[in-house]
Amino acid sequence: MKDLKILAVLIFFTAVIYIGVEPYAHSVMHPHVAPADYKFTDLNDVTIKEQGNVKNGETLVQSNCIGCHALKAAGIDAPMDNASAASVYGVVPPDISTAGLIYEKNYLAHFIKNPAKASKIDHKFNDQNPHPMPNYEWMSDDEINDMVAYLVSIAPSHLEDKKVFEDACSRCHTMRYAKIEAHSDVTDYMGSYPPDLSIIIRARSKEFLNTFINDPQKQLHGTAMPRVGLSEDAQKQVITYLENVGDSKKGEREALAPWVLGYLVILAIFSYLWKIKIWREVH
Amino acid sequence: MAKFEKSEGFVDWLDQRLAIKKFNKVMMTEYWIPKDINFLWAMGVILATMFAVLLISGIFLLMYYKPDTALAFDSVNYTIMQEVAYGWLFRHIHGVGASVIFLIIYIHMFTGIYYGSYKKGREMIWISGMLLFVLFSAEGFSGYMLPWGQMSYWAAYVITNIFGGIPLIGDELVVWIRGNFFVSDATLTRFFMLHVLLIPLAIAATIGLHFYALRIPHVNTQTGEDVDFDTESERYLAGDKKSAKVIPFWPVFMAKDLFVLSTFLIFFFYLVFFHYNFAMDPVNFDPANDLKTPAHIYPEWYFLWSYEVLRGFFFDIAGIKAFDLGLMAFGFANAIFFLLPWLDRSPTVAPANTRPYFRVWFWLLVIVMIVLSVYGKLPPTGTNAWVGFVSSISFLTLFISLPLVTILERRSSK
Repeated sequence: MKDLKILAVLIFFTAVIYIGVEPYAHSVMHPHVAPADYKFTDLNDVTIKEQGNVKNGETLVQSNCIGCHALKAAGIDAPMDNASAASVYGVVPPDISTAGLIYEKNYLAHFIKNPAKASKIDHKFNDQNPHPMPNYEWMSDDEINDMVAYLVSIAPSHLEDKKVFEDACSRCHTMRYAKIEAHSDVTDYMGSYPPDLSIIIRARSKEFLNTFINDPQKQLHGTAMPRVGLSEDAQKQVITYLENVGDSKKGEREALAPWVLGYLVILAIFSYLWKIKIWREVH
Repeated sequence: MAKFEKSEGFVDWLDQRLAIKKFNKVMMTEYWIPKDINFLWAMGVILATMFAVLLISGIFLLMYYKPDTALAFDSVNYTIMQEVAYGWLFRHIHGVGASVIFLIIYIHMFTGIYYGSYKKGREMIWISGMLLFVLFSAEGFSGYMLPWGQMSYWAAYVITNIFGGIPLIGDELVVWIRGNFFVSDATLTRFFMLHVLLIPLAIAATIGLHFYALRIPHVNTQTGEDVDFDTESERYLAGDKKSAKVIPFWPVFMAKDLFVLSTFLIFFFYLVFFHYNFAMDPVNFDPANDLKTPAHIYPEWYFLWSYEVLRGFFFDIAGIKAFDLGLMAFGFANAIFFLLPWLDRSPTVAPANTRPYFRVWFWLLVIVMIVLSVYGKLPPTGTNAWVGFVSSISFLTLFISLPLVTILERRSSK
């Protein structure tokens, strides 16, 4: 069949161009990075214990954290409103009620010990310009473990995707299409305006977001965005939420596809039969 | 005045006034196409259909799109993509359609080149076709600007900047095209006008010319055989359909085209639903930001080969600046296809594979254009820059050598 031979040539050249300008070119422009590390194994200054002393942790949190942080799960409000907090610290200190659920334990312990190091933004801070949250390097590993144990004990067992997104991302990022406002304008603090995340799911691939959220420096070296230390589950929830907002018609798209394609397959069959019938007269 | 009689029905009534039966014969049932063709001859009908698809989906998008730098991005990405019922479908059809139509245009073009369908009376078909290529390019470029994403903005910036290289009037020309000293709201609004009015009007008119240009010289066959359309059509009408070398456009030619078209549409809608990123670049889902240059700026895939010719010259030669050299090569690359019928000095109308010299030339052209396309997207650094340079030179050399190649072929065949 001559037509099939021609078709094979067409498909071959189309495929070569496609592979060249899409997967190949993009793999050159965005080199592959190591997969997400949800255990944050680069952090190993604190020895993590399975069980901490929750009671002692509570005392430590009460005396060290709530000066700046809200802890609504224990009925403690933030000492300042968002605007004042932002003007004092540059960024609003989060309510730590859900920290024990959404942040990975090893990360959380190291974050308490040295926030700039754990979040990999120590290139932004120094002695003259310290990270707004002080280091707790003077604490013993046991004490840090106790605080983590307390935060885990008061955290809810499950959160909605949207709530995870708000706690993990919306202190800095807005999401206009979901009517979520950033807690404060962190342009000065970060050095640039953090992008609106409304359709970031269409602007970046899922694979990119997975490694980027897990460790922003991997994909964008020198970025001001901190590694936030989400657990694997929490990160999945964030990405699901990004998709629900940014690609809200995905379900409709995938539901409509079989109808349209099915219709066209039937059309192709009938048009083939018609072609056979008509061409029988002329061949 | 013509004589009108009491009509025998609606069709007859219309026929007396509009001669629809005659019209139908001329345009459909007695518009003759050669029988010796393959499915590549269906590309014209696919292109006409895709133009209609783009027009209709564009009309729906036009009802919600706002040509204002403050509103454009959200009108596309929120209103159309999320709020309007099936707005996403129209945008995906429009965006993917704009990309896929170029695939078909290139197939159509290279079919013409391969079978030698641009010469010996078919020059006007070729020229009107190339005009359509240029108009569709302008349409694609102006449309790409409208969502006002990062790539919209920066492509507009880079492409309008190219005109700055034209001697004497360059700087003023760039300002004139942009409507401002930089790419701005005025730029967006005027490209919107071009995209939805002026260029589509020109395309519709040129499609008319392209179809009309086919009437006198007729469609080529897959062997290049010179068919006597008068004799063959008489034979067909006399009932000898099997031995006649022609078929009527309707229903015989269209019966085949409809099958090819519906198969193509399966492929097209698969892309619309499942595989659209190649046509709707993710970078363009970031809003335009004049302070933040994207790491990689590249045009849509169908412009890559000429873009690579433009930037292939990355160093000064003989005192001429690299930018000017690139611009000259770019101008040459875009104009030279128009001259193809006169660059080919051989009178032979036959498939390239049966022509000893032209065959080599044709496949080299295909390979060079693919290499240019791929390297047009890769970052132009290190070896990539040299591959770009060498393939740009090869492209120019191919066209400059075509008269020689075809003259040699003509002499050797005597």
